[in-house]
Amino acid sequence: MSTVLEARHINKYFKKPILFHVLRDINFSVNKGEFVSIMGKSGCGKSTLLYVLSTMDTDYEGGLYLNDKLITNQSRDHLSAIRNKHIGFVFQFHYLLSDFTVLENVMLPAKKLAEKSYQEIEHDAMEKLKMLKIEHLAKKKAFRISGGEKQRVAIARALINNPAVIMGDEPTGNLDSHNSENVFQIFKTLSEDEGLSLLVVTHDEDFAKQTNRILTMEDGRIIS
Amino acid sequence: MTNWPLILSISKTHLLTKIKQTTIASLGVTFGIGSYITLVCFMTGLNAMLDDLILNQTPHIHVYNEIEPSEKQPVDLYDAFKNSFNVVHSIKPKLSQKKIHNALPIIDYLNEDDRVMGALPQVKTQIFYIAGSIEIGGNLTGINPLDEARFFRMGDYIVDGSSEALHNSDNGILLGIGIAKKMSLKVGDRVQVSPISGGVFSLKIVGFYQSGIADLDAIQSFTNLKTVQRILGETNNYITDISVKLHNIEDAVPLSKKIEQQFDLKAVDIKTANAQFETGTTIRNLITYAVSITLLIVAGFGIYNILNMLIYEKMNDIAILKATGFSGKDVQFIFMSQAMIIGFVGGILGLLIGYGLTSLIDTIPFKTEALPTIETYPINMNPLFFVIGFTFALVSTFLAGYLPSKKSKKIDPVKIIRRQ
Ligand SMILES: Nc1ncnc2c1ncn2[C@@H]1O[C@H](COP(=O)(O)OP(=O)(O)OP(=O)(O)O)[C@@H](O)[C@H]1O
Ligand SMILES: [Mg+2]
Repeated sequence: MSTVLEARHINKYFKKPILFHVLRDINFSVNKGEFVSIMGKSGCGKSTLLYVLSTMDTDYEGGLYLNDKLITNQSRDHLSAIRNKHIGFVFQFHYLLSDFTVLENVMLPAKKLAEKSYQEIEHDAMEKLKMLKIEHLAKKKAFRISGGEKQRVAIARALINNPAVIMGDEPTGNLDSHNSENVFQIFKTLSEDEGLSLLVVTHDEDFAKQTNRILTMEDGRIIS
Repeated sequence: MTNWPLILSISKTHLLTKIKQTTIASLGVTFGIGSYITLVCFMTGLNAMLDDLILNQTPHIHVYNEIEPSEKQPVDLYDAFKNSFNVVHSIKPKLSQKKIHNALPIIDYLNEDDRVMGALPQVKTQIFYIAGSIEIGGNLTGINPLDEARFFRMGDYIVDGSSEALHNSDNGILLGIGIAKKMSLKVGDRVQVSPISGGVFSLKIVGFYQSGIADLDAIQSFTNLKTVQRILGETNNYITDISVKLHNIEDAVPLSKKIEQQFDLKAVDIKTANAQFETGTTIRNLITYAVSITLLIVAGFGIYNILNMLIYEKMNDIAILKATGFSGKDVQFIFMSQAMIIGFVGGILGLLIGYGLTSLIDTIPFKTEALPTIETYPINMNPLFFVIGFTFALVSTFLAGYLPSKKSKKIDPVKIIRRQ
């Protein structure tokens, strides 16, 4: 089985306000099609780890591999391109471009990738919205929809370029149990049927239990 | 590789949703450029008019015989005193004639010079205008009216008449308007003049001369060369002055020096004659540009401010764009293009407003005694000003947008995302 994402000896420090060792020797890997959840107390460094893995945060020590290629110390522009094509990210809080419509928000990463025609991108985006049962919101401005809806739009956007891995920082944190279950099922299907790898931070024990593997963090370390 | 359609569509959305700020920023540019165009067209028009007032009538080189003391006094010629220090008291000017010796060959010679547009003969003399028992002193200048009109725009300063009318009449006079007023004379009337040497001649008024300089208009009149020569009882090679017009005014100084040396005449160039006048033009231009540039810089700061604000408001958007794969450059281009769009739209509007305002000013009546041919405010609508104005709009918005957009390029998405 091939490895999609691998972290080797990752250490990170916050230097301000005082020197703080936030990630301590993190080692783990995510295989293709694997659904992994990360749990741990608030403040143990889960979000920090995700930002490092997502290539947005480059201020760390150690090695990060995507599809067995070292991506540590790559140029920022190259990392942007990697994020665009291979990594989908769902933030802890819903994050949309509020001046744009829901559909435009979902289409943006694909337009940036520019591998498909406008019509194809629009079609794909509608497909993702349908999958998340929010296709009726397509033409609405992003700031006019509810928090839970925003979160699902963000998930659709993360999926639009069919990335190798999706990272989620409490992607179901704002959803009711019904929609949370729906999102979980979608993730599950994508990982099983389409080989999508998922790495999801969650505080929801029931959610975590249904994933392939649970990583538990404590004080910047992965303890299991 | 930059995906411009995508970047422009994002900046368009940003600008349209913040239409109020966009409009204000654009109006800043519009105001700056519009007032620059208006100011510069109006001021340079005014400058050109004032320049014309002096320059058109003034020969680039004026050649005449100056009455002055000889530079070499007889004692200097005597070898015995060569090495001594000579003091001569009560020097008197040398007696010489006003007539330029060999004037006609000199004029021919000058007209053959490539730098010379035209060299015109004149006869200047003092006369009295006689009205009943009153005698008013004045100047009468004999000219070639058609050439004067051609080279020195004489026609601009003739009211109620024309240079052709003077040319065609054997004893016509173009009377200074000041004299005409004093003596209540109309075109068609006769005026009597008397040269200093005596005799009275009756001349027919074919028009009035109005230079705009009141002191001059109160004494100066013109006739044909032949008429003056006849009044003075001189032959047709009696020429007292030569007015030279050049193709390039910069040649005035060297050529006048050359004429002085070659012909032993006095030759005054326009730069020496009107030095203080050029200073005035320079200062007016300086003020025009200082004010315009200030306006544009103020507009530039407006754009800088608004763009800074816009970027501050769009922090979230920047973080999301970067998180989903837009590079720092892409984000910088998004804000840069917004600045440029503001500059472009504002600049075009500014040009239109500037054009409208100057066209409007161009129709406002501006009547002044001093300038007989001017009907409306003078406007110099030089396309170059529009090019400069538009270029400045783009350059200033570029500079104003550059720093804020550079900041957006450097924004760390993680910091923004954490802030929530
Ligand atoms: N910019 C920063 N500078 C200094 N310390 C920071 C900074 N950001 C986070 N921290 C600290 O790092 C630790 C890990 O933060 P992180 O956001 O990764 O926690 P988390 O596990 O995601 O918590 P939660 O479950 O509440 O989201 C916390 O103790 C936090 O105070
Ligand atoms: Mg967190």
